[in-house]
Amino acid sequence: MSTRMMTTALVAAMLLLSTSLACAAGTIKIGALFSVTGPPAFLGEPERNSAQMVVNEINRSGGIRGQQLQLVVYDTNGDPTKAVQMATRLIKDDHVVAIIGPSTTGETMAVIPVVEKDRIPMISCSAGSKITEPVKRYVFKTAQNDSLAVAKIYEQLQRQRLQRVAILTVSDGFGASGREQLKALAGRYGIHLVVDDTYGPKDTDMTSQLTRIRASQAQALIVWGTNPGPAVIAKNFRQLGLRIPLYMSHGVSSKKFIALAGAAAEGVKLPSGKVLVADLLPKRDPQRAALLAFIRDYQRHYRTEGDHFAGHAWDAVMLLKMAIANGGATPEGIRQALERTRNFHGIGGTFNYSPTDHAGLTKDAFVMVQVRRGNWVLAP
Amino acid sequence: MELGTQLLQYLLSGLATGAIYALIGIGFSIIYNATGIINFAQGEFVMLGGMVTVFLLKAHHLPLWAAIPLAVLIVTLVGFLFERLAIRPLRKATPISLVIVTIGGSILLRGLAMLIWDKDTHSLPSFSGDDPITVAGATVLPQHLWILGITLVLITLNKWFFSHTISGKAMRACSCNPRAAALVGIDVRRMVLFSFVISAAMGALAGIIVAPLTMTSYDVGGMLGLKGFCAAIIGGMSSGLPTVLGGLILGVLESLGAGLISSGYKDAIAFIILLLILFLRPQGLFGKPESERV
Repeated sequence: MSTRMMTTALVAAMLLLSTSLACAAGTIKIGALFSVTGPPAFLGEPERNSAQMVVNEINRSGGIRGQQLQLVVYDTNGDPTKAVQMATRLIKDDHVVAIIGPSTTGETMAVIPVVEKDRIPMISCSAGSKITEPVKRYVFKTAQNDSLAVAKIYEQLQRQRLQRVAILTVSDGFGASGREQLKALAGRYGIHLVVDDTYGPKDTDMTSQLTRIRASQAQALIVWGTNPGPAVIAKNFRQLGLRIPLYMSHGVSSKKFIALAGAAAEGVKLPSGKVLVADLLPKRDPQRAALLAFIRDYQRHYRTEGDHFAGHAWDAVMLLKMAIANGGATPEGIRQALERTRNFHGIGGTFNYSPTDHAGLTKDAFVMVQVRRGNWVLAP
Repeated sequence: MELGTQLLQYLLSGLATGAIYALIGIGFSIIYNATGIINFAQGEFVMLGGMVTVFLLKAHHLPLWAAIPLAVLIVTLVGFLFERLAIRPLRKATPISLVIVTIGGSILLRGLAMLIWDKDTHSLPSFSGDDPITVAGATVLPQHLWILGITLVLITLNKWFFSHTISGKAMRACSCNPRAAALVGIDVRRMVLFSFVISAAMGALAGIIVAPLTMTSYDVGGMLGLKGFCAAIIGGMSSGLPTVLGGLILGVLESLGAGLISSGYKDAIAFIILLLILFLRPQGLFGKPESERV
């Protein structure tokens, strides 16, 4: 009995040794936390797909300085507790040098203390402004800040001299963060919020809220949420015969929104990452090349359109690749190299990280788009 | 816009939503009356109705008029299999373990739907256009009329079935006293199977007629099921008019609450009502204590 146990132990030890040797020889492990299942699966699944796609491509073309990348993906289910467990596992068991994700702001906020303590750089794919404000030493992000999207909408309202504005936000993390920014920035653009209402992520009828908004004489409505709520609102909005301009958030900037809302989507405006209208961008746009390459690759691999959520992970892997190439495959090297990123033309925008800015984008990352005849076009 | 029109709009929206709750609620009570268990997979029948229709439309390019009956048929078959595979083998089990079986069944169905189709939200085309109809300043969609109309027809059919057909009367007999019903030659097991088949069909139809307005996805069953359950509780688990009224009251209160107080409390309103009814009038809003349930 004891001989057999000895043998097992020996074999196990050899296996362990050989795998760790293999790691040291040629692969760089990076971790990824995406909510591939659960309510935010519409974020996590495309993010996982595009991260894997880019990593495979990097490996096919020789890796980074001759070293292959290995992507370790864990599904967080959209659950912050699980995200923290998985982050710990990535760091302690898998010994990754950097982490991509998580998909949502709530999960990211929960994971931040873990990566800060263990000094592992993390590039979050979620939008909440508070992720990088104030700056955390090891935390970066690729998704555009909500505040940039809000500024883009308010700028246009100000130009059109629309001051009485109603907002309708979803009662989850995304909506709460948007609502905060909408309220915080209103004063700066001379905007008066006449109705500040919310709806539940699973609600199926918002005519009550819209009836109240109609009665308020608001001059424009801004809806902040992710599918399917805003599509329901667009339908209810047409049903009630409201005629004011309808703005949405970048949370629904995909063809999916038009598919869901149908004719009711017509005329809806929103600030979007450029990926939605890549083919309509002027030739001189610095992001154009990256955008078209991304769309082509994603279409080829997954037979479906790459949206800007997939783009967040694309950007994160590309940023990591550059950081590893410039700073070496150690957590601290990656962190320092990330902070030196200048003019990286990605999917979400042109990134310029610095020690005081770990979000890296300006409001030029957004363009105003509008639905015309069942398609997204650049809004005037 | 003056308050009167606003109130009318809240009322109309509430009635349309409430009709759906009523349909789902009746599914709960039919099974409850035949078996004494609460079938928590009822919401999943609703989800399946919508999702199967979407699938038939998109993947098989069937026209809407063909996809709807076929989807109802498929979901009915699911209800049949559910009873055969999950409920019947455990006929000697206590109601509480059967209720837990239905919870397990609902998780299974939801997971299967997610794996077979996807995690996306889908929309169905409206049955007859999207041009709103104006009623004294308030507006409704043609689909709302479809919902109210189909609910009305189903409720009437249901009522007729339970009071005028042999099978319906036999099911009522089982609900009063299964042992006595068996003694007079009624096949109680078959009546249980019947109840699942009818509930699945009604749930599926509810899921189909709301999908053009509310969209559908693999996980819509949970909340709709709970709201239907609330409607059934308000109606004292009756499979007739009280549950319909329960659904309508719930829909209108939700809509008024969201419009006049705050939409943040919309779901809370439903569940506060549920708790109040369970505490204060467990026999339902309209029932007399110890009254016979039909």
